[in-house]
Order: sequence, then structure tokens, then C-alpha cells
Amino acid sequence: MNVTLDDYAEAAGSEVIEQIRALARPLQGKTVVQVSSTRVGGGVAEILTRLVPLMKDLGIRSSWEVIEGPPEFFAITKSFHNALQGNAVTVPASQLELYHEINRRNAEALKESLEGADFVFVHDPQPAALLRNLPKRRGRWVWRCHIDVNRPHRPVWKFLRDFVRPYDASVFSLASFAQPLTHPQYIIAPSIDPLSEKNMPLEREEVDETALRYDLDPQRPVILQVSRFDRFKDPVGVIRAYRLVKPHVPIQLVLAGGTAADDPESAEVLNEVLAEAGDDPDIHVLELPADAHRVINALQRRADLILQKSLREGFGLTVTEAMWKAKPVVGGETGGILLQIANFHTGFLVSTPEGAALRIRYLLSRPGAMAVMGQKARKFVRENFLLTRHLREYLTLMLGLHYGVNESVEIH
Amino acid sequence: MDSSLKRLTLPAPFKVMDCAMTILSLGRSAQTLRELRDHLASVPAQSISHHFYDSLLRPAFDDPEYRNDFAVWARRHLHDGLLAERFGVIDPMDYPDLEQLRQELIDIVEDRLAEAPEVPQAPRGKEFYFLRSQFVILDTGAHASAPRELAGMISKLSTGSIFYHFIEARRRHPGNPDDFSAWLEAWGPEHDAAREGLAAVDYQLWSLSELRDQIARALECLKVPEGVERR
Repeated sequence: MNVTLDDYAEAAGSEVIEQIRALARPLQGKTVVQVSSTRVGGGVAEILTRLVPLMKDLGIRSSWEVIEGPPEFFAITKSFHNALQGNAVTVPASQLELYHEINRRNAEALKESLEGADFVFVHDPQPAALLRNLPKRRGRWVWRCHIDVNRPHRPVWKFLRDFVRPYDASVFSLASFAQPLTHPQYIIAPSIDPLSEKNMPLEREEVDETALRYDLDPQRPVILQVSRFDRFKDPVGVIRAYRLVKPHVPIQLVLAGGTAADDPESAEVLNEVLAEAGDDPDIHVLELPADAHRVINALQRRADLILQKSLREGFGLTVTEAMWKAKPVVGGETGGILLQIANFHTGFLVSTPEGAALRIRYLLSRPGAMAVMGQKARKFVRENFLLTRHLREYLTLMLGLHYGVNESVEIH
Repeated sequence: MDSSLKRLTLPAPFKVMDCAMTILSLGRSAQTLRELRDHLASVPAQSISHHFYDSLLRPAFDDPEYRNDFAVWARRHLHDGLLAERFGVIDPMDYPDLEQLRQELIDIVEDRLAEAPEVPQAPRGKEFYFLRSQFVILDTGAHASAPRELAGMISKLSTGSIFYHFIEARRRHPGNPDDFSAWLEAWGPEHDAAREGLAAVDYQLWSLSELRDQIARALECLKVPEGVERR
């Protein structure tokens, strides 16, 4: 779907679009390259899929590069990811060397695109070491960290920090994730795309048809968690919460997990989830392909309420998606979920399966309160977490770096 | 002033500006009230300014209970209602400059430290993170040549424009009103009702989109067509 910035006026407001166009004017003709580790699956890929063409629409020479590597490389970077979220992971020296080597090879392959770019945004740890291998780079380089690094496992952070330090700036999703670094650290929350297949409005028939396809009983409530099969998302904890609710309310649980090319652990966690679910016909574990956006959209709209019972969470875009669909969310009291859920206003923050069960029962017994919370949640997302806000902040950041990081820059 | 003379020297058009903000971390945080005091004494003044004024432009769920970050932290994470109230009542516009505002904050913290039986402490992960802002100010190219035109355009302004003209204006010119009032003043006393309406809008109590609605309402009286007598 070929979408332009003007198409966002209805969702975000025409004044927002005008502001973005004015901000982009001084950056027209500049080259901006995004670098990540996968083109499909996960929040980063979803954001870049739309952000890159929108920058083009603004007259910026915008492109997106994806690094390549063998499965062992992504196993290492997944262990980095886990370590940055606090797991005590030991990474052998041979694996560190492979990390170096894959980044070296990718730097060589992407040299032409990256060395001359005016701005390069490098997303997450996988490609972080590219910069070190491109000493002749010309533009400003920004490391964009999407992970909850509030309390990283120190040895792994210290290893990565050496690669991150030479960047011109870094971006974290929350203030509590920022690290002691000498360069400017911007705080920018991620966003959802209201026009994407995952978030666009759907006809009622499509929602009902999708629910039927996955054997959901239309007469009984549905609770849903959408996330990769990842232990930090606590899918097993969600099943435990469901079991605590079931004697009181005849609910159905859907655990819909996508997979991503850079997450080799998901199959193992999926097996743990299936074992925990057993043969309960009301637990629907769905392993969906990375591009099943419309199915996820329909399931979110069918659900009565949404769970995101994460133990650690960089931001939790599934929370944002649910709120955009006017659903209250019961979410783990961690990371970016804290920024989105306000107790009794847009959902509830919980720390245990017991806590989640209690809030699920509370909400399902108060449909009126759920509707009010849902509307508040949608308004909150509209004002704060749409792609247009994200784009505006990236443009502001680039202008700040372009003109020097002062308190204010005036452009005419 | 003779009104015919005033008509000969019309005020310059109102230029509509806009602003966009990004937030930067200072890499400094406080877990205890004592740490907060130490950081307050040494952070750049623009960080104090951020925590008083700029939260309106930041993604956060509207919590009208307190509008400055110090009060919110004291309430939510130190669970110190008394301190939150003392912070919450501060209007930064009452201080001629940020250094005097800084001193007031330090005094409040020290008074609390002197009277509290223990040093209040937030749980780990709920520290106060010192931030600062970076603004890009834009000339939108839009302008109002007369008060009536201004009244007609308020509801279409971005929240960045509202912030710039209604809040940031007071920081730019301490002791002065917002940009809308300042401009209307130049048009003479027949616009006093609109200026009084603006003065009654408490910038500390509303979100930016709510402020936009309130300002539009305050300027409604300017929309009376020429030749119709104002009551």
C-alpha cells in the first residue's frame, strides 16, 4: 500500500502533518539510512517499514539496510538481548569474535551506503559494531536502543558500550533506560502506525470470520496476548492467570505469537507454552507468520481485553496497538508498559499471575468501565504514540544534531 | 489615545510560530530526597525548567493532580503527600529567574529533610531522572492581521503552537503575559474582555489540547462581526 504523509491527517490531525512538513524542510535532500537486523517481525521492522517511505515523502533520501549473518550470530545477539534485559548470560570469547566478524563483513558490504550518509540510525545491538568498521564515515550516527536496559547484565553491557560510545548520540525509549555515556542521549518512545494492516479499521464481518477460523466461541469472552514466544513476555504466566480466572468466568485465552528471523529462541519457548497449555480446548496457542498483521488486528478487535504480562519490556507496542483499538490492557509493571497503562484509567499494571487474574475478573464483570477505559486508551495513543509523533521527534533530533545540540534551534 | 490615531498605526500581524521538542537525559538520577537536593543544586537550570514547563509536551498520561515532575515523583514514588503538595503549589512564573526557582526547590527539600523522621527513598527503578529539552522553533508562515482572525485560527493550531505562544512566551519574557494577550493589548482596550478571558486560563491545570479549547473559548468574543456592538 502506497501511503503518504497526508493520509495520516485523519488519524493524527492536519496540524500535525503541517508541522512535520515544516520540520523536514531543512533536511530535504539529506541522506538518512536505517540499519537493523530483520526486515520482518518485531516492532522495529514494523516501524521502519513505514517510517522510511514517509521520510522519502518529505524529500529526504531515506533508505533501510538489513545486516546478514548465520543463525549462530543471531543466537549470540539474542543472548546479548537477554543480558541487556538483566539475565546473567555468559558469552564465550569465540562468540564475541563471531559478533565482531559478522559486523566487519556487513560493514564492508554496506560501506557505500553508510559512509556517505548524512545520518545513520543503527537499531539495537546486532549492528552496533558497524560504526567501528567504517572509520571514514561522514555523517552523524545514532544508536537506537529498543531494549529495556534499565538494569543490564554488566559484563555484556560493558562489551557493547565500547561499540556504542563513538556514536554521535543514542536514543532510548524511556529515561530510566539511559546509560552513563558521554554523547547526547535522547528519550524517544516508539510508535504504532494507525494505517498499517495491523491497526487499520476492520469490518465486523472480517473480525467475526477470523475468530471463527480459530474456533473462538462468539458467546464467551476472549482474553488475548500477542507477542513473540519469549520468556520475558511470560506466556506461561498468562496461562496461569487464565486458570485462576476460569472457575469464575468461562473465558477463552488466545496466545498469538509471531516469529522473527533474529529470535532463534522462540521455538523452545513455544514448546514450553504448549506443554503448559496441555489439552485445554479454550487455550488457543497460535503460531502466526510474521506477516499475519490483519489476523492479529482482527483478534485484538475480537478480544474483550488484552494482556501483556511481560517481566521486562522495552516498550510494548502490543499494548499500544490494543489501546488504539480501544481495549483496556492488563500489563506487567515494567519498562515501557509503565508509560502507557495508568491504573484504573487505561488498564491495570500487575506483577504476578494472581494480580493479572484479579484484574481480568474485575474488568470482565464491568463492561461499562471497560468501554470508558478503552476510549481513554485510544485518545492517549492518538495524542502520544502514533507514528507521526515518532517521525516528528526523529526530525527534531536530526535538526538538533545538524545545528549542534543547543537548547533551541530556530528555523525559518 | 485617540482611537483614530490608533487605527493609523495598526499592530504588526501576529506571526504563528510552532515548536517541536525532543528530550535528552542528563544521565543523573536521584533515589533519595537527599540525592534530589544534591542534584538540584548542580543540574543545569534548563533541566529545572524542563521539569516545570515541558512535561506538557511529553508523552504521559494526563494527571491533573500535579503538573510539575517533582511533585509527581514525591507523591507517586516517595509516597510523601506533604512534600508533593509543597512542590505542587509552586508556580514557576512567580520567580524572576530559574536560579531563584532552584533555591526555592532546595529550601523545600531541606525543610522536609529536617522534619522527616527518615530520609524519604523511592524504590529501585522509580528514581527521579533529570532531563532537559531541545526545541526546534518554526515559523509556520501563518499570521493574523486582526484579533478576529486570531480568534478564528486558534482551534487549528498545533499543540506546539499553543505551547510556544501560551507557555513558552512567559518563560521567554518573565513577568509578561502570553503572546496572545501581549498582541491584543496593542489593539487597545476594546479587547480587554478577551485578555481577561485569557488571564483566567490557568496554564498549570490543563493539557495542551485542553488549553487550546480554553483559549479558543476566551477569544470567542473577538469573533463578533465588525459593526455589531459588543455587550
